[in-house]
Amino acid sequence: MTQATVSSGDTAWVLVSSAFVLLMTVGLAFFYGGLVRPKNALNTMMMSMVALGVVGVQWMLVGYSIAFSPGNSWLGGLSWLGLQNVGLEPNPTYSSTIPLQAHAMFQGMFAIITPALISGAIVERMRFRGYIVFLVLWATLIYDPLAHWVWGSGGWLLKRGALDFAGGTVVHISAGVSALVAAWFLGPRRDYRRVPIAPHNVPLVLLGAGLLWFGWFGFNAGSALAANGLAALAFVNTNTAAAAALVTWAGLDLLRTGKITAVGVATGLVVGLVGITPAAGYVTPMAALLIGAIAAGISYTAIQIRSRTKLDDALDVFSCHGVAGIAGALLTGVFATKIVNPAGGDGLLAGNAAQIGVQLLAVLATVALAALGTLGILALIQATIGARADVPEEIAGLDLSQHGEEAYFGTDLGGLAGTGTSLGGSVVVEAFVEAAPVPAPEPAV
Amino acid sequence: MKLITTIVRPDRLPEVKAALFRAGITGITLSRVSGHGGEHERFEQYRGTALVMEFHEKVKIEMVCSEPFVEPCVQAILSSARTGEVGDGKIFVQPIEQVIRIRTGDVDNAALTAVNADAVQRAAINAAGMGGAV
Repeated sequence: MTQATVSSGDTAWVLVSSAFVLLMTVGLAFFYGGLVRPKNALNTMMMSMVALGVVGVQWMLVGYSIAFSPGNSWLGGLSWLGLQNVGLEPNPTYSSTIPLQAHAMFQGMFAIITPALISGAIVERMRFRGYIVFLVLWATLIYDPLAHWVWGSGGWLLKRGALDFAGGTVVHISAGVSALVAAWFLGPRRDYRRVPIAPHNVPLVLLGAGLLWFGWFGFNAGSALAANGLAALAFVNTNTAAAAALVTWAGLDLLRTGKITAVGVATGLVVGLVGITPAAGYVTPMAALLIGAIAAGISYTAIQIRSRTKLDDALDVFSCHGVAGIAGALLTGVFATKIVNPAGGDGLLAGNAAQIGVQLLAVLATVALAALGTLGILALIQATIGARADVPEEIAGLDLSQHGEEAYFGTDLGGLAGTGTSLGGSVVVEAFVEAAPVPAPEPAV
Repeated sequence: MKLITTIVRPDRLPEVKAALFRAGITGITLSRVSGHGGEHERFEQYRGTALVMEFHEKVKIEMVCSEPFVEPCVQAILSSARTGEVGDGKIFVQPIEQVIRIRTGDVDNAALTAVNADAVQRAAINAAGMGGAV
């Protein structure tokens, strides 16, 4: 196509999808925030929220250029720094019907949520300044090159024919593996496996899971980059896999403990969404059903095993995103069929066994880059400004020690007793009731 | 004067409160507490983590009574808080040296009688007579 024209319908859908994916990061903040203890609730939520700013800036300045501008098979070029030369005309390489800036924004939302996913593994023990440096370096050195490999023009995994519809490798495997490495590098929380650590607000977890499900329609169906049949297929597959995974997880909960848990249902639906992400535009809805169920079964098992180890992947990011992401990427090589998407590929069941090999190559390349890169970045941060919170910081809670705030100020006697005194001078709090004079006691009976 | 401290099940609190009011004990202080008695442990599951909840939620009620009210108070608690299952709680009775009402400076028995004690007791008895739960 030489003369590309903007489609208003496609552009509207991609812009709305971008906003959907932004909401996922907010949903993630609630999901993770509810799973930690009250003294770390704000810090945990901030780890997601701050990515909206930090990676939002990084993406606009350098990220989009490294990932998508014309370059070699390993890295994009520098011609799109600061979104210069990224105009309102379509770029047929990525989509012939939407402005390139819409593509940049849609992809930017993916770049934001991916490092935020990692934060779940390192909650309750990482210094916030170190985390911000981690965000910038990880987005620049790992996410952007990886996105170029898989999606960028000339990327080597793209040329090999690796199928990743909406980011199973780029987003979920990379985040999951990095989470595992980060949890190992930082070490467990000081009281991990010594005191019971339970989610402090399960309703927040359910709110977050609901927002993630909602936003995931933009994530997957938006990845069609058009308002067409492919978007509808991805939408149907996304919902189907999430529902199947929720049901599977609830069934496993029931078998193992006799009760269906809310945290389990929230986790299960997210795992189904992770599993279908690479496959959403390449498989039939029946295959999506299976992918959701299989991903849930594998991830459930992984969590049971992980929880018996000393490895403190606090919110099970590896089990949910890494394991389910790898399952989804490989299952894409099994179930993909050109019947539903002629531009996609055929998998094992469609007679193309080699596709599994290509998918495996993509998985291994992602694991290698994410693991080594994360290790290097964290070692650098630990050696310079410090990554791990010290013991007093951890005991006080990261809300107080990192942010000087509390999530639930005033819910105990501290608030009632007025332990705080304003330092600013603009707020003056004075006792407004004078103590009444004590009347002379009446003679006791 | 005696300080009567009782630990009861949270779900029995409405009945205990009504019984105390009917007996004329209208000055009470409540707190939510956690305790370990002879109850069975409760289990909670969060993904891979199983938690044993060794402490159970209870309500602690404290009240100071003049001597004639001590026995009715104990009887009111016994009759209203008991379910017969393990975990019904305890009643502790301790002597009190002095009571002073801050508003007036009244001491001891004069400080113990709430100004609206009769009205509260009458309302509680009426509610019980009309079949009201509280």
